[in-house]
Amino acid sequence: MKGNLKTLTNGIIKENPTFVLLLGMCPLLGTTTSALNGMAMGLATTFVLVCSNTVISSLKRFIPDKIRIPAFIVVIATFVSLVEMNMKAYAPALYESLGLFIPLIVVNCVVLGRAEAFAAKNKIFPSLLDGLGMGLGFTLGLTLLGSVRELFGTGKIFSLNIYPEEYGSLIFVLAPGAFIALGYLIAIISKIRNRV
Amino acid sequence: MKSSLINMFLSLTCICIVSGALLAYVNEVTQEPIRKTQEIKLENSIREVVPGFDNLPTEEMYKVGIAEKDTVFVYPAKQNGKIIGTAIETASKNGFNGEIRILVGLDETGKIINYAVLSHSETPGLGDKINIWFKTNKNNQSILGKDLSKKILAVSKDGGEVDAITASTITSRAFLQAVNKAYVAYSGAKVDSTTQATSTPDAQTDATTQATSAPDTQTDSTTQATNK
Amino acid sequence: MSYILIFIGAVFVNNIVLSQFLGVCPFLGVSKKVDTAVGMSAAVAFVIVIATLFTFLIHSYILKPFGLEFMQTIAFILVIAALVQMVEIVLKKVSPALYQALGVFLPLITTNCAILGVAILVVQKDFTLLSSLVYAFSTAIGFGLALILFSGIREQLSYTNVPKSMEGTPIALITAGILAMAFMGFSGIV
Repeated sequence: MKGNLKTLTNGIIKENPTFVLLLGMCPLLGTTTSALNGMAMGLATTFVLVCSNTVISSLKRFIPDKIRIPAFIVVIATFVSLVEMNMKAYAPALYESLGLFIPLIVVNCVVLGRAEAFAAKNKIFPSLLDGLGMGLGFTLGLTLLGSVRELFGTGKIFSLNIYPEEYGSLIFVLAPGAFIALGYLIAIISKIRNRV
Repeated sequence: MKSSLINMFLSLTCICIVSGALLAYVNEVTQEPIRKTQEIKLENSIREVVPGFDNLPTEEMYKVGIAEKDTVFVYPAKQNGKIIGTAIETASKNGFNGEIRILVGLDETGKIINYAVLSHSETPGLGDKINIWFKTNKNNQSILGKDLSKKILAVSKDGGEVDAITASTITSRAFLQAVNKAYVAYSGAKVDSTTQATSTPDAQTDATTQATSAPDTQTDSTTQATNK
Repeated sequence: MSYILIFIGAVFVNNIVLSQFLGVCPFLGVSKKVDTAVGMSAAVAFVIVIATLFTFLIHSYILKPFGLEFMQTIAFILVIAALVQMVEIVLKKVSPALYQALGVFLPLITTNCAILGVAILVVQKDFTLLSSLVYAFSTAIGFGLALILFSGIREQLSYTNVPKSMEGTPIALITAGILAMAFMGFSGIV
């Protein structure tokens, strides 16, 4: 049981995909214009990660080594398409604001990376936990960056007013702000990690 | 598992078939809700831009072609069988991040009643202010109540009389381009994509040629671009 | 005329990396040296044009007529993965010199979201075949421009004294942010 807990927290803290492994940068920068968008993207990715990890781990005995990667990609792409269709049907506003980045979950290095590095070698349940942990870690990163950008850009977090919008600096919502905010966040987090 | 040609082929085919079937099924299931949410959204938007109708504008919709590959959807709004206004769905591809699709409501004299943005992908905090900017009665921002038969809309930077969204001139231009297009469709003009000139039977010719020969070189070159 | 507009738009105004955030992973990963950056850009340009050609044809002649648009993501990513493999094999046989130069980067390209991103964008934007190819090529040029500029800056950056916790990725990201700001200046030209 302790091992399982470790698998779960591994992705959230020790090997956090956004701040430690530095994977999945494209959606991280592209969808975090607000905290809500970031969180939605993170949860969509988490869903895909959990499902694909579980399925790949249960299928691993039937997949020949040489076509491992294409087989993984098909499984992942299937779940991504599922998410895409359901979002279009039941959360159209969210789908519109995330746009292109939903189908692009397929090429998110976190998803394929976990399938290859963990799910292909481990049993079903730990793989599920690993997917969940990594997904939540990714969501955490996206939400954090989204909150920072929304706060400095428009004075809000999750659309809640923190300070008047006039004092916000729009650059944080725009492209350059994404890079700069992420740079400082990673620096701060690595500083904290080194001290602990 | 060892790789041989047969099991490689078999396993990949199996996975593809299963995922294809699964997706086809979900696609079937979600198609209805997708259509419905879009319909409801459109209906609500029509209600917003031309209030007070009692017919079903979506069922009386007809298309007007302005240019090649550029079709505008027109939804007539009627009360007791009499037309009280028209909702026109147009789009401009010249937004900052792609297409801006809007719905413009015009009353029977051609004045703008209201507008609604159906979809856009403009920058949050900047371009996405189109949702409210051109409705806000402040300085020369608002386009509500404007009569397009006299003068087509353009941002003040291009010699027009509408204030562009702060730091989002491109978005504002695209938006106004779409509004102007809606009026062109409303006045029944058909823009020939090759000559760029218009041939309207009525007195509206003036306004429509203006609309196509554009307020600035910007729209000019871009309409050409879309026409080609 | 419209092709020039597409070109300028894709290279400067809506630069794929600096304003659309596609292909950020290789942008940060292989930008430590100018040489590798050039190699990567060439490989991306090569694959992106071929991939767009194939995905465009598949979309308009297979997926669309049969109403299989819901298979788009799967079909595109498989085509891209297969193409990358094929390019690798063909290149190895036909031009070993080119393979030497680009070979290392090819496997990385499958997961470069710029490739899949462009393939999907082209379909969304309803381009014709020729303008799709122009768009794909210009995007690749934009990617190369950003990557090579960035690697040039990073080479210089490695000689400077950076606070300890800012070393590596953080300072690279901030540099990228400043570069993105410079590219925003182009937004008025189209």
